[in-house]
Amino acid sequence: MTLDLVLFFALAAVAVGAALGMLFSRNAVYSALFLILNFATIAVFFLLLGAPFIAMAQVTVYAGAIMVLFLFVIMLLGAEQTQGRHRGGWQRPLAGLLTIALIVESVYLIFVRSDLVILIQPAASDYGSPQALGELLFTDFLLPFEVTSVLLLAAMVGVIVLTKEDKKKQS
Amino acid sequence: MVPVSYYFALSAILFALGAMGVLIRRNAIIVFMSVELMLNAANLLFVAFARSFESLSGQIYVFFVIAVAAAEVAIGLAIIVAIFKSRQSIDIDEMSSLKG
Amino acid sequence: MEAFNLVPLIVIFPVMGLLLNLAFGRRIGERGAALIGIAAVSGAFVVSVLQALWLAAHHEAVIVPIADWISIGNLSIPWAFRVDTLSVTMMLVVSGVGTLIHIYAAGYMHFDVRYKEDPGSFARFFIYLNLFIAAMMILISGDSYLMLFVGWEGVGLCSFLLIGFWYQRNPDGTKGLLNSQAAKKAFVANRVGDFGFLLAMFILFWATGTLSFDGVFEHAEELAPGIILGVTLLMLLGVTGKSAQLPLYVWLPDAMAGPTPVSALIHAATMVTAGVYLVARSAPIFSALPAAQVTVATVGALTAFFAATIAVGQYDIKKVLAYSTISQLGFMVAAVGMGAYVAGMFHLVTHAFFKALLFLGSGSVILALERAHHPLGSHHDEKGKHKEKKHEHFDPQDMREMGGLRKQIPLTYRVYLIGALALAGIPPLAGFFSKDEILTDALHANVIVYGLLTAAAFLTAFYMGRQILLVFFGGPRSHAAEKAVESPSTMTIPLIVLAGLSILGGLLNFPGIHPLTHWLEHTLGHELAHATEFNIAVALFSTLLAVGAIYLAWTIYGRQPLKANEPDPLSNTLGRAFVGMENKWWVDELYVALIINPYKRIAAVLADVIDWQFWHDWVHDSLLAGGFRRLAHFLAEPFDLGVIDGIANGLARLAKGLARGFSFGQTGFVRNYALVTFFGVVLMLGYLVFSS
Repeated sequence: MTLDLVLFFALAAVAVGAALGMLFSRNAVYSALFLILNFATIAVFFLLLGAPFIAMAQVTVYAGAIMVLFLFVIMLLGAEQTQGRHRGGWQRPLAGLLTIALIVESVYLIFVRSDLVILIQPAASDYGSPQALGELLFTDFLLPFEVTSVLLLAAMVGVIVLTKEDKKKQS
Repeated sequence: MVPVSYYFALSAILFALGAMGVLIRRNAIIVFMSVELMLNAANLLFVAFARSFESLSGQIYVFFVIAVAAAEVAIGLAIIVAIFKSRQSIDIDEMSSLKG
Repeated sequence: MEAFNLVPLIVIFPVMGLLLNLAFGRRIGERGAALIGIAAVSGAFVVSVLQALWLAAHHEAVIVPIADWISIGNLSIPWAFRVDTLSVTMMLVVSGVGTLIHIYAAGYMHFDVRYKEDPGSFARFFIYLNLFIAAMMILISGDSYLMLFVGWEGVGLCSFLLIGFWYQRNPDGTKGLLNSQAAKKAFVANRVGDFGFLLAMFILFWATGTLSFDGVFEHAEELAPGIILGVTLLMLLGVTGKSAQLPLYVWLPDAMAGPTPVSALIHAATMVTAGVYLVARSAPIFSALPAAQVTVATVGALTAFFAATIAVGQYDIKKVLAYSTISQLGFMVAAVGMGAYVAGMFHLVTHAFFKALLFLGSGSVILALERAHHPLGSHHDEKGKHKEKKHEHFDPQDMREMGGLRKQIPLTYRVYLIGALALAGIPPLAGFFSKDEILTDALHANVIVYGLLTAAAFLTAFYMGRQILLVFFGGPRSHAAEKAVESPSTMTIPLIVLAGLSILGGLLNFPGIHPLTHWLEHTLGHELAHATEFNIAVALFSTLLAVGAIYLAWTIYGRQPLKANEPDPLSNTLGRAFVGMENKWWVDELYVALIINPYKRIAAVLADVIDWQFWHDWVHDSLLAGGFRRLAHFLAEPFDLGVIDGIANGLARLAKGLARGFSFGQTGFVRNYALVTFFGVVLMLGYLVFSS
């Protein structure tokens, strides 16, 4: 049991725990906070896997911007808890059963049936450095990168249109 | 060193939990957050594979997933706000007008 | 600039004229429409004169290509004009006489459209006339049989349009369809001839590979006699149609239903001579086979004699002239048939002068009577009275209603007399020289033809004497004849000009100098255009005959002028023969009995038995419709309702049931759907786990 493994299992436990916490919190705000914790642990995993740039993006964009947006919407709508009767009681146990089945199946496939038991080797010194990533982004992936900007613009316009007050209805 | 298959297993577990969240929660925002969790599980897998194959393309892919996710979240939340405006609720079980 | 480059203008001018009248004719009034029409034709005349002057200096034929027309494989037929002495002679006649008749028509139609109560038709008349001139010019100036045929058909169309110009009336002015039927008759009779001409063209093309005149004539001597015989006889069929020869002449008398200028222009002076022109143009082919020549000459001579006998028994002033025209065309056809092409063309030209004069003169007479019968002034004031008058039957063309007109319309009388004497062949008028040349040629070529033509010439002089005496001498036999009015100057000036031409026309080919012979020599060649020596014996004999015939006519009609409602004195003398002449030897009735009635019977049999009973009743109703009905019944009842509907309804029921079953799954809850999807993912992974 090396230090790496200890660290991995500890972080994995935190990540799974945070995910479970998000799932079962009654209050949506707590759920969001658990998710932020989950994202943070995953960012640490990214760091361990030699992806510092992605890790920073994960923290700033996901854990930062996106989750703030979630929190903002939750509080704006006052939708911390859902009211009303819960229908379809049979769905919960079935979903849990299926989830367990999925986990068992995939773990079985990963550890027993596949030959993917590769140990992670020490990587080259500049592997995953923002500079290397940037170079790749602006050479081989230039077109998708530029298209992403159009996608973000479209999303922005879409949001404005969706949430705009309909003037005709008001008048 | 940690075998890369451990990361795969972790990713699978997180993905399954995210899926379970979609299935058992009625709160649209939490359903949405579960979807984000699934996306993250997939991202983790990408990065792990990138590491094991010593290729940066996986990381680039994750970068794009994050960008798309940002757009998706913006739109999704806008839709939720719009639904809330018209129905005063974000319980997705209230939204069953597609019933056959 | 060489003059022959202008030759397309002879077609373009009339076409422009008709287009202008078509566009503006109704708006610019009668004067404008008439001026445009006259200007178009006189423009063509000026161009024709320029061609003649140029040709007088150069003699050689010129071909002026305009454009490619048909070009398929080896066949190449261009639009090309041919300027040679023969075509220019025709151009001068057509455009010259045409111009005079246009001027005359401007005066004549002014009254005619009012008597026919349709003043709007004035411009229409000039459109048709210009169209006719254009088509006639194409006919005579084309450089190939096909172009000639285009013109040939074009003038046929114009003839149809103009005969039926008053298509809602009868020839005597009452409402009816007889004019239309006359037009139809002309068209159908011409069609029979055209079919012959077409076949002749096909054979020529098959044998020589070309249709241009020069190309065909180059091969003329190499052709087998059988082919030449076929071509010439089929062409003769075309000639009998267009130039009104036996047996297809029957349309021409009925064609007098058209307004009188039309009779003069188309059915006397120009169009009907197209057949003569065709034979003269095809001289190398006809000359290559004597048998063909004899046939043509015989047909012409027979027609000349036959039509002359009918002309003697006619009362309608225009019918007399119509049969006279047929007879004179017979002279021309006989002449070109004998190889006397120059004599034929000479007679064509002089005949154009005096026959146009006679027709226009008859128009003047008719109009004089019509105007006396119901003056135009009273037309508007006393409309009721005028209509009442119309009911009492009055035919202004009936010579029995005339008489003594020389005092009322002296000018018309004088020019008419000149025309009649020219036609009768009294020296030194134009008809004497041309007819005499034909007779001299006939004497050399064929005695039978000579005999027939001489007899026809005698009859010609007789019926013209009869006509003059009936119309202008004696006492008036009707109210209208007493008050006949002289025509206006637009009508009389062309008459005077034509009278002058009828007097001087003989100079064209004056015996001894023969200008026309030398002129046509350049086109026909020395052998075909031989100068005929003046034969004093023939001339003297025919002159004596003509004078004798006129004297005979005077003894019958002149000594004791015909009284009103008195029968023709000739009917007593000739008895049954006159009845035959009067009834045109029952040729029309013969045609009805021999061709039209059997045709109708065949048509009736085809319609009733073949079409109706066999085809319609049996094949359609019993076989097809009955069978179809039974099949349809079978398909409808057991098959459609049972099988097809069963399948369709079963499918529908199945789909409905399935839909009802599946719709239970459509809860509308997103999470249910997601659960099913998730279940699928688990199943797929399970398959991976348990497979292999």
